[in-house]
Amino acid sequence: MGHRIAVTINGQRYEAEVEPRLLLVHFIREVAGLTGTHIGCDTTSCGACTVILNGKPIKSCTMFAVQADGSEIRTVEGLAQNGEFHPIQKAFWECHGLQCGYCTPGMLMAGVALLERNPNPTEDEVRRAISGNLCRCTGYQNIVKSILRAAEMMRGGAGVASGSPVGRGSPAQ
Amino acid sequence: MIPAAFEYVAPRSVAEAVALLRQHSYDAKVIAGGQSLIPMMRFRMAQPKVLVDIGRIPGLDYLREEDGYLRIGALVRHATMEHSPLIQERYPLLAATARVVADPLVRNLGTVAGSLVHADPAGDWAAAMMAARAQVVVAGPDGERVIGIDDFLVDTFTTALEPDELVVEVRVPIPGPRSGGDYQKIERKVGDFATAAVAVQVTLDEAGRCQQAGIGLCAVGPITLRAAAAEEALVGQPLDEATIRKAAALAAEAAQPTSDTRGSAEYKRDMVRVLTIRALRSAAARALKA
Repeated sequence: MGHRIAVTINGQRYEAEVEPRLLLVHFIREVAGLTGTHIGCDTTSCGACTVILNGKPIKSCTMFAVQADGSEIRTVEGLAQNGEFHPIQKAFWECHGLQCGYCTPGMLMAGVALLERNPNPTEDEVRRAISGNLCRCTGYQNIVKSILRAAEMMRGGAGVASGSPVGRGSPAQ
Repeated sequence: MIPAAFEYVAPRSVAEAVALLRQHSYDAKVIAGGQSLIPMMRFRMAQPKVLVDIGRIPGLDYLREEDGYLRIGALVRHATMEHSPLIQERYPLLAATARVVADPLVRNLGTVAGSLVHADPAGDWAAAMMAARAQVVVAGPDGERVIGIDDFLVDTFTTALEPDELVVEVRVPIPGPRSGGDYQKIERKVGDFATAAVAVQVTLDEAGRCQQAGIGLCAVGPITLRAAAAEEALVGQPLDEATIRKAAALAAEAAQPTSDTRGSAEYKRDMVRVLTIRALRSAAARALKA
């Protein structure tokens, strides 16, 4: 039996008739066509499917789309504005915060949600905030550096040079 | 993995939810945060025919002290507990528990009441609520009834809830002066089930002797366990190192661990001893400051 739902994703309204068992992540990828949100483990473990729902990061594989009816959702596609990367995307690029990139959309959304709540997190707070997101490539060091770097960029506004020495991805650091 | 098909209803009041449960009985399952239920449905370990979503019932997300109890509405999320100044300041046991439930993403959706209803022996809140001597408020066709946490948790994944009942509130007695608590958990990684965990709540009298003690054991039995002999060994005693060690040994005896990928039964039993010592030391230190 179909249920008519409407959600806002990255400012755009999507309306569809869905089966109750449709998971939110499938709605985002297959109905809205936004495939930046990844499906990783399918067991609520990995966080690759992290999106921001009504201001809070959640695992979109562990919510039915019908539960999200009326919600405001942000996905990785909503980060860049007017062709310009979000500071957290710039920081991941600069600090080598990704290797294969599979976990990256989830990491970015968990990171953005943290920085919006806490603009000046400690390293420990960053590690806790991404503890529901698994990365099998980086060993997390450069992801943590990237989020700290993004915090610095977001606090400092435009004045931050792009060639920052912070965590240039050397494993020895 | 795709869950089996089901019918979805989102009642707007507790009365409406109870009526739906009455109508569909064992075919229905209540969903709140869904952080345990949805994974079980994806594995098809759970295949409810009707899902009753209480997430749209207004007024169930309150968290306040009233009439001698901390009252936790059925829709209070783990993250709400974690970030609440009231919990951080006055309920160190609950604050310590909230920080280690699952992971931060799951904590934004999962609920305290839902965790108790799930009745997983590895559920953190069940052990914490046992130590805190909580009560569960249940709504059904004949109104509300209040069930003590020990009676609420019946068996593995089984509670005292009737098919037409739903939990509307969890109540924790407001701790008196000189109270303190702590939750100590060993997990292989964030988000994994506990290898073992121990919840402790104590209240001291003016002379510094233990007046009341609650100890709940997580993930070391078919169900959340109360370490009753350990609690008895604490009451009337100053919480010195000898008393703490004696109680911890009794708590380890009360555990019923089984060997699995997280550790051998002997290891888990000894961890109960170690975690009880740590939790009691910290609870006692907090009680002296409170």
